[in-house]
Amino acid sequence: MKLDALDRAIINGLQGGFPVSERPYAEAAARLGTIEAELIERLERLLEAGLLSRFGPMYHAERMGGGLTLAALHAGPEVYERVAEQVNAHPEVAHNYAREHHLNMWFVLATETPERIAEVIATIEAETGCRVFNLPKLEEFFVGLRFEV
Amino acid sequence: MVEEQAAAESMPDAGAIDALDRAIIAATQAGLPLVPEPYRQVAEALGVEAEEVMARLRRMLESGVIRRIGVVPNHYALGYRANAMVVWDLPDARIAELGRRIGALEFVSHCYHRPRHPPEWPYNLFTMVHGRSREETEAKVGMIAAMLGEADRGHQLLYSSRILKKTGLRLGG
Repeated sequence: MKLDALDRAIINGLQGGFPVSERPYAEAAARLGTIEAELIERLERLLEAGLLSRFGPMYHAERMGGGLTLAALHAGPEVYERVAEQVNAHPEVAHNYAREHHLNMWFVLATETPERIAEVIATIEAETGCRVFNLPKLEEFFVGLRFEV
Repeated sequence: MVEEQAAAESMPDAGAIDALDRAIIAATQAGLPLVPEPYRQVAEALGVEAEEVMARLRRMLESGVIRRIGVVPNHYALGYRANAMVVWDLPDARIAELGRRIGALEFVSHCYHRPRHPPEWPYNLFTMVHGRSREETEAKVGMIAAMLGEADRGHQLLYSSRILKKTGLRLGG
């Protein structure tokens, strides 16, 4: 899909600040120099094409009372697929990425309560036989808003 | 962003959300409805007034439970194919100062202080750096390293080679 100037303006200009009002698309459209129906259609297309992974409120998991962490482990090539399956089978695992490093599996755990993080990690260690490194966020300096296309 | 965090930190009960807040979160997790009155649609599905849904969303934005409302670009689909998690070993005493400077760079999308696990894992700052090619990403990492100077006691780029799972965060009930 080829992006035109309006698509770019939507991607660049709508990464935050979408209004909370009766007709928010009409309001946001006016700011972008377009109309409500056009903005809605563009968002549909960008989402369908996968150029946007999401449109809506971004929640701050820790502030909702749950637990959130980044965890990493090393799995050898001969067990890698099995370990990935065992890790992914946990509903608390939100994303899991293979990365090029000795620690070659990186996953995000999101749990209903902060205490549950340690339990899920212990279970994954027992199931996989791999040591899990728990890397919770201690402080946040910035979480993306300014991505430009 | 700074104001948002300061506001959230000054509210001790910022995380105090009730059953209706949770229902609103659950109803909008997949995204906001693409209809002229999206908040009314959410409200109708939950059997409450649109004004109530909007008031709660505004409150959650203020308290920081909602970071923002908007689009999440898919870096990869938009041509940024070389996205690296770049991890740094920085002096603990300077982590806040340096973290803020790195986080302010336009090509850095996430910047977090996380614990070390020595000796296997000596790094204490995590960043995501985005580029269209590995050369571009590496040039950007070089700029950060130059900016850090002696404070950079070591860093590594971890490119993702495969997505093993991606369901997004889910919130029960």
